[in-house]
This record gives sequence, structure tokens and C-alpha cells, in this order.
Amino acid sequence: MMDEETLALFRSEAEGLIESLEARLLTLQTRPTDRELIDGVFRDLHTLKGSGAMFGRTDIAGFLHDFESAFEAVRSGSFAVDDELIMISLAARDHVAALLAADGGAGSGEEAILQRLAAHLKGGPVADGADAGEWMLRFYLPPDTLTLGGRPDLALQELRDLGATRTRALINEIPPFDELDPLNLHLGWEVALPGSVSEDDIRAVFLFHEQGLRLEMEKAEAPEDAATVDAVPVADHKPEEGARSPRSGQALMRVPAERLDDMMDRVGELVIAEARLIEIAGRSGDPALVAVAEDIQRLASAMRDTTMSIRMTPIGTIAGRFRRLAHDLSDRLGRPIAFTISGEETELDKTVVERLTEPLMHIVRNAADHGLEPAQERCAMGKPACGTIHLSARYSGAEVLISLSDDGRGINRDAVRARAIERGLLPEGAEPDDATLFDLIFAPGFSTTDEVSDLSGRGVGMDVVRRTIEDLRGTIEVQSEPGHGATITLRLPLTLAIIDGLLVETAKERFVIPLAAVDEIVELPEALAAEGAGNAFLDIRDSLVPFLRLRRILDSPGQAGAYQKVVVVTSSEGRVGIVVDRIIGSHQTVIKQLSPLHAGVKAFSGATILGDGTVSLILDVAQLVQRGRTMSDNGRQAA
Amino acid sequence: MTLRKDATTTDVVTFRLSGEVLAVPASLLREVLEPVDIARVPGAPEFVSSLINVRGTVVPLADLRVPLRMPRDEIGAGARIMVLDLPLEGQDAVVGIYADSVHEVTRLDAATMEAIPTVGSRWPPRFVAYVGRWSGAFVTIPDLPTIFADYLASQQSRPSSGASGAITQSEAEPV
Repeated sequence: MMDEETLALFRSEAEGLIESLEARLLTLQTRPTDRELIDGVFRDLHTLKGSGAMFGRTDIAGFLHDFESAFEAVRSGSFAVDDELIMISLAARDHVAALLAADGGAGSGEEAILQRLAAHLKGGPVADGADAGEWMLRFYLPPDTLTLGGRPDLALQELRDLGATRTRALINEIPPFDELDPLNLHLGWEVALPGSVSEDDIRAVFLFHEQGLRLEMEKAEAPEDAATVDAVPVADHKPEEGARSPRSGQALMRVPAERLDDMMDRVGELVIAEARLIEIAGRSGDPALVAVAEDIQRLASAMRDTTMSIRMTPIGTIAGRFRRLAHDLSDRLGRPIAFTISGEETELDKTVVERLTEPLMHIVRNAADHGLEPAQERCAMGKPACGTIHLSARYSGAEVLISLSDDGRGINRDAVRARAIERGLLPEGAEPDDATLFDLIFAPGFSTTDEVSDLSGRGVGMDVVRRTIEDLRGTIEVQSEPGHGATITLRLPLTLAIIDGLLVETAKERFVIPLAAVDEIVELPEALAAEGAGNAFLDIRDSLVPFLRLRRILDSPGQAGAYQKVVVVTSSEGRVGIVVDRIIGSHQTVIKQLSPLHAGVKAFSGATILGDGTVSLILDVAQLVQRGRTMSDNGRQAA
Repeated sequence: MTLRKDATTTDVVTFRLSGEVLAVPASLLREVLEPVDIARVPGAPEFVSSLINVRGTVVPLADLRVPLRMPRDEIGAGARIMVLDLPLEGQDAVVGIYADSVHEVTRLDAATMEAIPTVGSRWPPRFVAYVGRWSGAFVTIPDLPTIFADYLASQQSRPSSGASGAITQSEAEPV
């Protein structure tokens, strides 16, 4: 009998493998000949089967046996990957997940899957073997590339565009640390390219680096037995297979999320204590104390960066789920759907990423069900038969923008309007603008579909989406172009637990402005010093920037002195100047959420504790910019 | 956490606020602080108009005189801040409240506690849990959960657009 701990270990490992298997299978669908992926799938299956047998789960091991054989065949080139194989494999992956969850005894469907596999293997496509071989490239760009402003990453990107499969950095020429000149490029790369790429195309990549370039090219012809292809160029790296993909190459640890939260809390307190220490040390004037305090400061700030980077998760980590969802939806709705993603490396705090999953799934489901038309309808309109749902993520100032767009029919304005009037959300005969109208989609229970499908149409979902995003202090925008599709953009603050802040003072009260949002700081012209004097715009290098007086926004007592400063902040909405009495300096800001008692106060995104122990509020830049815009609109109308 | 009628005795902390003796259950009290630097929250309602730093956490400071409709004189130098563990919206939370002075932890006999008389009291009745007797004087036990729940509910019913309080007014400069 296996003890609980061992079983838990097995289960956690198996879950990891199942996850990676799914991700690989879905990618394999788009790149069915990618050898690395095929190897990866085989490895996952093999390990899953092996550890299943070892931990007494013979049901899992037995079930996976045929799949392992199938991918063995694919690996050796005697069988090719096609959609059907992927479908069957995904079904098998689900079955294993079910077996794992049920602790045995969930045997239904097993036979069907295996029969389907057997039938497919008999009649399936055989790899044509017309492999054109592949290029092996080894190159060292000229050492002065970086000094001259060259971009090795662009060269690598170009190679990737040509279809590079394996890329490896060659680090044998990196000198000892003492002799390392950071401006010299010591790295080389080894890249495998498909044999179909012409030599000229490859040379073209290095067009701008010819002086001093070292480039070796060699074409490995496809041998008779494709199975040995892999063994030729990379034979010596075989033992540590992981070198090619970071996932298995580095030692990874699974850590309960709450430990990371605890750690972040501690680091937050450390940073606050450190700020106090620095202040006390500075006042004491004792050089020994100052030196220690500075050491502590350096350590605390490194600790902060490390802890934060641990918590940062690329949005790509949840992309697998959307690919799978799109795949399943495509199957269920009987219309081809492609899911694409850009900016998957955009990182967000892990809690934000986790909480985003549900809302994004809802939006994808809606897009597939309501947005994308059936294939015939699309063809009739001259669109490609396959509908596309695209997820893009990017940074914008101190925010992250995540958009989901589809190329479907767009949102039916009239239907939304009619439904809103019917439900009393709009007065009869109202002609609202797009923003107001599309906002109604997020009302609880709102749906324009009369029939309820098992996917969407019940009107639950979009209100949940809005609530979750608002909880994360984000906003939602909807754009739609009839016949061309709709885009839903989620705008999220980078709610990190610690940010770099700019500490400013107004009427003896100190506030923090997130430094990432600060563009520049200028002096307020004397002509505008007094309230009500002049207009509400600053002329900064020939562009008009509206400005707000912090005194006025915060209802501060007293009169402003001379030499007020304007902090120009930016968000994707635009720029606005904030007039403050004095700039104090930069400040490591540990964000403390405001209590629910202050949920009604929108001007601040949180609070922090300063070095002297007082509490200071963090200004919400997005809110300020919005206000600045409204103001400048009003100003223009009045002018 | 509220006082229960079936309990025979309850430990409370008595304190003085605006000339009255009040008490809160001793189990809620975390610590009593000397006056500290307080940070104003511009635009926040008077009930919770500021924040304080309690050992590295930011804690809202509430003024019970607002819901209890007591006269609000200047807070004196001898004033104290009582830091309480008080769940808000079902979540653990810490809240500070003002007290002119804090007396002692004492045991109130349930037999002496009664609901507030509906007539002849200047307190809003729904905000008072019980009235007890202590050293021959009346002691009022405010119903903190109701006071805070009412306040939160009133916040939610406020229009969410257009920011809040002092900052709803257009701060546009006259053009």
C-alpha cells in the first residue's frame, strides 16, 4: 500500500505531465513535423506511463501503452501526425486526467478511445519521407555588433521566421568575469533550419554583419532512415534533453502559492523597516551605521526584485487553456476556429493572471458562439472559412492591456439596443453612443440570444467578467465593427505589491505617484501659479497638456507657495499634468490595499508607509488622466 | 463577536468618548495606541476620514461619534486609539477607533444589560447593542458590526461614477 505522501507526489507530477502533454499536443497540431515537440509528447507519455506503473496505477500505464507506441512510430517517421491523431490523443489525455482524479474505477470510454486509435493507426497517413534534410548553422556575430547598435535578437528572429527549429546559444567563448567586456558580443548560436530554405535566404539574414562574421553552414541530407536524423547533429546533447526547452532543462520547484504571498508580505515589511533604518542612520551621522544601513538597503532591494520576479507570471501560462477551449469549441460548434496569441511573454502578478482566466474564457466562449459565423456564411462574405480569435497582451504605461478580438460578425447594435429597451435599461427611443450601448452587455442577465445553448446565451458571464475586472481595479472597453468583428480590451493596472514611486508634497501632505506613469517633471510657469490664472493647459514642447491642481482635487487647506512643480503622467488615454507644491524624491512603495471602508474613494489606488512611519496615499493615475481629459474636453467646448 | 444574551458575563473594555462611557467586547481589542501621525484621506466620509500605521499595516481610523451623533470636539492630547479586530464583509479586518480615554477591562453581568430604551435616548437605537451598568454608571455598548455594515451598504449605494466626496465637483479651472 502506498502512503498518502507518495501518492500526492505522484499525482502532482502526473498533473504536471498531463498539462505539458496537452500544451504540446495543441502546438503539434499547428506544427505537425516539429521533431522537438514529437519527442516531447513521447517523453511525457513515456514518463506518465512509467511513473503510473511504478506507483501502482496500472490502469493508467496500461491505457497509455498504445499511445506511447503510436508516438514511437511518429518519432521514427513511419507515421505522421494529423488532426485525428491529435483529437484521439487529447481524448486520451482527458481520460487519464479523469482516471487520476477518480483514483481508479472511471473506466468508461476507455475502449472507445483505444479502438479509435487502433483504427486510425491502421489507415492513417504514413510520413512521406521526402524530408529535405536540414541546415545546421553555427555563427558568431562580429564582437563589436552591440557597440555598433546591432541587434542579435533581430537576426535570431529572422532565422525563426525562416523556420528555425532548434536554437542553442554557444557560450564557450565567454571570457572569465574579470575580462568580460559587456559591450563585446561573446555569444554564438547554433540553429537548425529546414532543408527547404535556400542558402541565399540564410545569408541575407547576416547581410549587415558580414564584417567579422564567423558562419558555418552545413546541410545534413535526409538519410534513408529518418529516425537517425535526430542522432546526427545533436547526439552529444541527448542525455540532458532539456537543454532545448527551458521547462525540463532547469530544476523547477512547485511551491504553494500562499508561501509566495507570505514572502511578499515579509519583503514589504522589510522594505518599510529598511526605509526607517536609512532615515535613522542618516540622522545619526555615524559612518559605520550608515554603511550597514546601505548594505541592508541594497540587500532589501535585491530581495524585493527577486521576490517580485518569482510572482510574475507570463500571460502565456494560461494560453494553453484557451487553445484547448478554442479547439473544443471548434469541434462542438462545427466551425473551424483558429486561436492565436501575441505578447504571451507579457508578465502580470500571479494572482492577477489566475483571476483573469475565468473572464477570458467567458469572452472566448462568447466570441466563438456569437461572434464567429458558420463557415459557409463566412465564405459567402469573402472571409476565410476559418474564424480567428486573437489574444494580445502588451504593456502601456503602468497598465497592461489584454485584448481579445474575433473576425466575426461584430456586435449587433440593433439587437443590443432593442433588448436593452425591452429590459428597461434604456428609455424608449434612446440612441446611445457605442460606449454606452456596449456597456450594457455587461449588465447582469443580459443576453440577446433567445435560445440558450450550453455554451453561452444565458447572460451569465459578462457581468462576472466585469465584476472580476473591477475587483482588479481594471476597466473594460468594447469595440465592434459590423461584419469585421469585435474586440474586448481589458485594461489592468500592474498591481504589483511594490512599485517605484515618486513622492510629492502638497499642503504638507505627502502622496505617491507610480514612477512608471511619470513622463517628466516641469516647473509651473509663474503666470499660471495662482489658481484661475491663465488657461488650464501647459505648452510643453508645442503640445498642449491639460493640468490639474492636486491642491484642488484633494481639497487641501492653505495657499500654494512659489515654485510649484508639474508632474506629467501618462496612460494609454493620454497625458495630464499634476501640479504639486514640491517633489520629494523617489520612494520604494509597498502597496497596501485600502480597506473596504474606503472603497468609495476612487482617487487613490492604495496606501503605503513612509520611512518616518506615516501613511501616504498612492494616486490613481488612470483616474487622474481621465479627469484631465474630461476637463480638456470641457475646456475646448468652452473656448 | 456580538454580545449574546445567553452569556452570563462578558468581558468588555470601557472607554470614554465625548463625555459618555462606552464599552466594546475585550475579545475585539488588539491594542491601545497613543495618538500617532494620522493621514487624511481626501474625499472620504467623516466616519473614516483617516489612516494610521499600526506596526506596518495601514489601518483605517473610524470616529464613532459620527454614527452615534455625539458632539465632535477637538480630539485632545490625552486621546487614545483602540485597535480592534473587526470583520468587514466577512473578511478579517483591523480598524482603529478614537477614545478620549480608555479605562479598564471589566466583567459585565448579563443580568444588568438591557436593550436600549426606545424613548428618552439620544442614541440611534439600531447602533446600540446593549446598555449595562458599571461602577454605578450607565455604559453603552455600541453595535459595531451594524454600524460598519450600514456604512458599507451606504457606500455601495453611492453612485460609483464620478469619484467621490470632495472630488466630485469639477475641478476644472475656469477657462
